[in-house]
Amino acid sequence: MIDNSGFESIFRHEWSRLVATLVRDLGDLDIAEDAAQDAFMEASTRWPDSGLPDRPGAWLLTVARRKSIDRARQSNRSAARQQKLVDNARWAEQSASPALVDDQLALLLGCCHPALNLDAQVALTLRVVAGLTTEQIARAFLVTEPTMVRRITRAKTKIRMAGIPFIVPDREVLTTRINSISQVVYLIFTEGHSSASSTKLIRGDLCDEALWLSDLLVKLVPNDPEVLGLAALIQLTDSRRQARTDDDGAPVLLEDQDRGRWNRQQIEHGLRLIAEAHALGQLGPFQIQASIQALHCAAPQFADTDWVRIVTLYDLLILRQPSAVVALNRAAALSHIEGPEAALATLVGLEEALDGYIHFHVARAELLSQAGRSREADEAYERAIGQSTNQAEQKHLQRRRQRLVGLPTRTDRATGSSDSD
Amino acid sequence: MQYMLLLYSAPDAGPADGSPEQMAQMQAWFAYTDALAAAGALVSGEPLQGIDTATTVQVRDGETLTVDGPFAETKELLGGFYLLEVPDLDAALGWAAKCPLAPYGSVEVRPLMVLPPR
Repeated sequence: MIDNSGFESIFRHEWSRLVATLVRDLGDLDIAEDAAQDAFMEASTRWPDSGLPDRPGAWLLTVARRKSIDRARQSNRSAARQQKLVDNARWAEQSASPALVDDQLALLLGCCHPALNLDAQVALTLRVVAGLTTEQIARAFLVTEPTMVRRITRAKTKIRMAGIPFIVPDREVLTTRINSISQVVYLIFTEGHSSASSTKLIRGDLCDEALWLSDLLVKLVPNDPEVLGLAALIQLTDSRRQARTDDDGAPVLLEDQDRGRWNRQQIEHGLRLIAEAHALGQLGPFQIQASIQALHCAAPQFADTDWVRIVTLYDLLILRQPSAVVALNRAAALSHIEGPEAALATLVGLEEALDGYIHFHVARAELLSQAGRSREADEAYERAIGQSTNQAEQKHLQRRRQRLVGLPTRTDRATGSSDSD
Repeated sequence: MQYMLLLYSAPDAGPADGSPEQMAQMQAWFAYTDALAAAGALVSGEPLQGIDTATTVQVRDGETLTVDGPFAETKELLGGFYLLEVPDLDAALGWAAKCPLAPYGSVEVRPLMVLPPR
């Protein structure tokens, strides 16, 4: 007998391998996906009675290849194209091998192809590779299901009509293309980790998908230091998931988090991944960000945080990936060494670039309030609250703002580090 | 598959007329076209005369409207094209990136529509 969770784990394991094999054999993403779905449907009705086959993957592939012939015949493709698909499927039944690592990588590369827009890359990756339903993806990104259906359909049409290939390209472009996959996976993670427009701050389902995808990417591209860095960054950041929100779903700042609730297993996994990445001897932005997270994870208490090394890592990151957002994070770290005024001084000139970025106003508000500049802090909180689309976050910011009332003013408060806040 | 590379650039972009850079640019175009031909990817490709020579024709309610100038007034103008025969979009994008115009203009890559035989 096979229970639901057993079936889900097989689905998890086999879905993208099955789709990858079918795409390789047929050269048609839509038909491949439909056939894979048909095969799982058949498994879900057969396996409860017949029991689990010895090799579920092989069983699914055999069924899916048969189904793909039906799907091709029912499709809206031209007669010639249908015949080609049927021939491809027949040929594959006779002679093709099951999924190779490269087929799965090719599938991911196709879904994250730069000729597709980023929203489409994200949606396709979650649908085609991770096997989420369109409805689940729509819910995760807070759009209606018809909108998500259109987004995915449009992307698939472009793949077919523009001839976007599912192949692993030459070495010279492969690194860049793998980096686009990493960016998509990281975007899925950050969307789950700090959702832009939800009532709940963390959407664990998206974080789980990103963890799984980064893990898959490490398996497919084992010796890429930045792929390892991405996986480490996601593991280490996600290790704080349980501690990042309180029972009401409101955010808990790093300094207030119960570090006992951090997931030690994930931290250790993340640290192993960084060590592996560093051993390859080619530093990159994901590895640097992962190292920053590692330093946070290494501090038993907030006050133990090694801010000097964190600021140094931010300096390294700015060299490779100059951005106002990184400069902002560096400023926040710097405030713990040189005080809020020094940190605020480094933000001068970034206002224009970061005006639409809520975290800029939050960080400024915090630094200004530490510096005793209550009125300016109040204004900064107001900007932040005005820009927040997340109810839990709005409530949290209102609370931070209210603390300003009765706060000592600049003159009677010594400036300096505020680690112990 | 066949792809059209549509070559757009702003009139003042790229090397100035008569400059040594323009001579070098011409050599780059010849080399690029030769490389496409040598790879078996070239179906055809031609530059167009400037937009001063363009005339736009529209027929509305049976009436022909002839207007001096290009169809759309945009910053970047269509200046030429290549028609390529290559296996997939990656190959077409690879050629587009090597195009001498790519550093200062824009190369739009469009697959040709394949019509069913009549």
